[in-house]
Amino acid sequence: MTASRTLTFHVFRHNPRDSGGEPGVREYQVEETPGMTLFIALTRIREEHDPGLSFDFVCRAGVCGSCAMLINGRPGLACRTLTSELPGTISLFPLPGFELIADLSVNTGKWMRAMSERLQAWVHLGSEVNPNQIEAAMDPDLAEAVYELDRCIECGCCVAACGTALMRPDFVGAVGMNKLARFRLDPRDDRSDAEYYQLIGDDSGIFGCMSLLGCQDVCPKELSLQTQIAFMRRAMARQGL
Amino acid sequence: MKIIHSDVLVIGGGLAGQRVALAAKRRGLEPSILSLVPAKRSHSVAAQGGMQASLANCFKGEGDNEDVHFEDTVRGSDWGCDQRVARMFAHVAPKAIRELAAWGVAWNRVRAGEHEAVINGQRVTLTEREDAHGLITARDFGGTRKWRTCYTSDGTGHAMLYTVSDRVIAEAIPVHERQEALALIHDGHRCHGAVVRDLITGELSAHLARATVIATGGYGRIWGISTNALINEGMGAALALETGVARLGNMEAVQFHPTAILPTGILVTEGCRGDGGVLRDVDGHRFMPDYEPEKKDLASRDVVSRRMAEHMRAGKGVKSPYGEHLWLDITQLGAAHIDRNLREVKDICRYFLGIDPAKDFIPVRPTQHYSMGGVRTDYRGESQWLSGLFSCGEAACWDMHGFNRLGGNSVAETVVAGMLVGEYVADFCQSRHGDQEISTALAREFVQREQRGLEKIIANPGHENAVDLRRRMEQIMTDKVGLFRNGPDLESAVAELAELLARSGEVGVNGGLDANPELVLAYRLPRMLKVALTVAMGALNRTESRGAHFREDYPARNDRDWLNRTLACWREGDALPRLDYEELDVLRMELPPGFRGYGAKNIIDHPDTAPRQAEVDEMRAAKLDRYAVQSYLMSFKHLLPLKYRGRNERLDEPLP
Repeated sequence: MTASRTLTFHVFRHNPRDSGGEPGVREYQVEETPGMTLFIALTRIREEHDPGLSFDFVCRAGVCGSCAMLINGRPGLACRTLTSELPGTISLFPLPGFELIADLSVNTGKWMRAMSERLQAWVHLGSEVNPNQIEAAMDPDLAEAVYELDRCIECGCCVAACGTALMRPDFVGAVGMNKLARFRLDPRDDRSDAEYYQLIGDDSGIFGCMSLLGCQDVCPKELSLQTQIAFMRRAMARQGL
Repeated sequence: MKIIHSDVLVIGGGLAGQRVALAAKRRGLEPSILSLVPAKRSHSVAAQGGMQASLANCFKGEGDNEDVHFEDTVRGSDWGCDQRVARMFAHVAPKAIRELAAWGVAWNRVRAGEHEAVINGQRVTLTEREDAHGLITARDFGGTRKWRTCYTSDGTGHAMLYTVSDRVIAEAIPVHERQEALALIHDGHRCHGAVVRDLITGELSAHLARATVIATGGYGRIWGISTNALINEGMGAALALETGVARLGNMEAVQFHPTAILPTGILVTEGCRGDGGVLRDVDGHRFMPDYEPEKKDLASRDVVSRRMAEHMRAGKGVKSPYGEHLWLDITQLGAAHIDRNLREVKDICRYFLGIDPAKDFIPVRPTQHYSMGGVRTDYRGESQWLSGLFSCGEAACWDMHGFNRLGGNSVAETVVAGMLVGEYVADFCQSRHGDQEISTALAREFVQREQRGLEKIIANPGHENAVDLRRRMEQIMTDKVGLFRNGPDLESAVAELAELLARSGEVGVNGGLDANPELVLAYRLPRMLKVALTVAMGALNRTESRGAHFREDYPARNDRDWLNRTLACWREGDALPRLDYEELDVLRMELPPGFRGYGAKNIIDHPDTAPRQAEVDEMRAAKLDRYAVQSYLMSFKHLLPLKYRGRNERLDEPLP
């Protein structure tokens, strides 16, 4: 560890329910400590400087997807971002594309539930199984491939980094298309491509993607979002013919 | 006053809560779920290594069944659990995992043929049978006699939570996100719902229901360092405690996990050791076989954690700016295995430690991990003291874990308890006991009381600082109510926590009544302190060592005097909780108390143990079918909902 730094944070502050309040940026100074993450730094800011500062951390381990924000302009998970990897001045803004709750807290949960309802993002079962019986066999490689796409944590980074999503509030985002790619791959879901076409076969879905690759660049789980979107687009284009 | 009605109010949106809601919905009821955070961000998501269910598909799981899972669970609990509940659980776990498999969890599957594995530091070749190809596989975990822990890489909780949450969305169950229950609405006999605060607007409302279910997870965040998510502050336990009627069970039973990283306490899964990883000390020496020659690194969690602490006390720890630690070494597993089966561990190492676990050792130490104690309920999940109040999952003490939980039994419990308690909740709602007879005047009274409480906090001049008091509480719990406990430390912990509780009423807040994190801490702090006091007092009173509760001044497990369950109740106006005890009946145990096989045997026997053991031995000597023996020794199937009584099919155990 090199000599300790004093970090300067520029943090967005605004509570939209506070009628007189104007959005602004507040500055805080924090002494950097070894292994410091933005979770540790923001907790310290709240405890020592600004007890009213709102932000969302739950697992603080990079798995729950709560703490996505703009870190020096780039969407990322704050909890697993080490300050040692950032310059001495750090700006933190709430994730764009989502309803602002206050300061760095945005309502990703509401957005994700609405997206899931709209895309019917669940396994569509032919019939319920008898749980006393041995489970249906599944190819081990296929199970791993499904899990690979299932690793999405709904953090919202891909939406915040998406050009289409910023222009079209109804765009389902890479998160939505990846979900359908996951269910399409899953033999337990009995939907056909014609049914998926009904869900995403337009400009608010698969044909709205401009292939800017922002989603894949920022995905904290390094999901192959562009590949999945490309596969889905090809399958949906075939349906549209 | 806003009033929201439903049939079943579920407090907590993790696996247990969502599964209860699904069961209720499928019985024709209207459930609603309250969650502090979006449901998919609940702490269930953090479960890594897997879910135990005796499927017996993989080679090292052959011969596994409910009996073996049951016995492992009871031994793991150090005979502190309710054996009927452990039986119900072991019986339903295979059904739960098969249901999840059908709903979409991408469980890792058996590959027929040869594959390599690391067992006890040796690379060995195992051969999987042809007819198991494509069935759900399992890995080894601590304290189990078979490979029984089913997994999706090391993101098992994530895969399960997303699948169950997706079903909740599919079945149109409302989830009220960013809503917090502040108090249960009750008349001293019957629970009618909860006063709920919107964490965005600050608005209070009354949620009224026939049945109310606490599924809020554990209370790990009363310790300074915990593997738990930040939201696991014991608010469910506090809700029950503050009724003055409902009781908490075994609050002193708290598990420390052997392998959390420094400094923040993020967990790396037991699957690391299950898959062949080992613990090493400052000299690089693998020390667990020195202490536990039989189970070594895969002894039960309470045992491994204590051995690690013991080894560090002996001067074998590694010094660091954050205190001492030991090493977890998974380098022998190889990069390919880690990339495929331990990828979250790899991510954690990369992002938080800047190391590659395929090449470097991981710095770990025992860290608070799991709350065996919780809202005391019967086997149906209902409080025996407050009708209509149910609880399940980590929040509850229906008591399948006793004084130590096995790895892999936690996420398994969430879904199994959700399935079972959900049915009992539905039975309750559909019986005359479930009729709703609440007056809105009572609801208003409760809402107004909470409103006045919040206004009082805002109006406080603020002589006390909530952050300082909280840090002190965390330090007390870590120093004096941790892995090793003793009378004088526990006495001072109780005294100091009681003083903090008195001071917590003087905390002042700057902001207003809406989205205000300062206010949230101010009203949760006294509740956390009450929960902490039940833990510390339970630990002080229990003058024996059992499972994760270890008293240096009382190292023996004392079945004669302490084969019982602690109950804590907090009457309004009292300065401290009141404790009393519920006996466990040895004469009705299927597995009478015995030696777990760790360290030297140090048990004071219960007088009923020997006669009961003789009865059990006689029955086993009769060589009857295993179902017949089990049913004779401790019948439990009549306790299960009808739909879950059927036998579980296995490759070598076809259904009759």
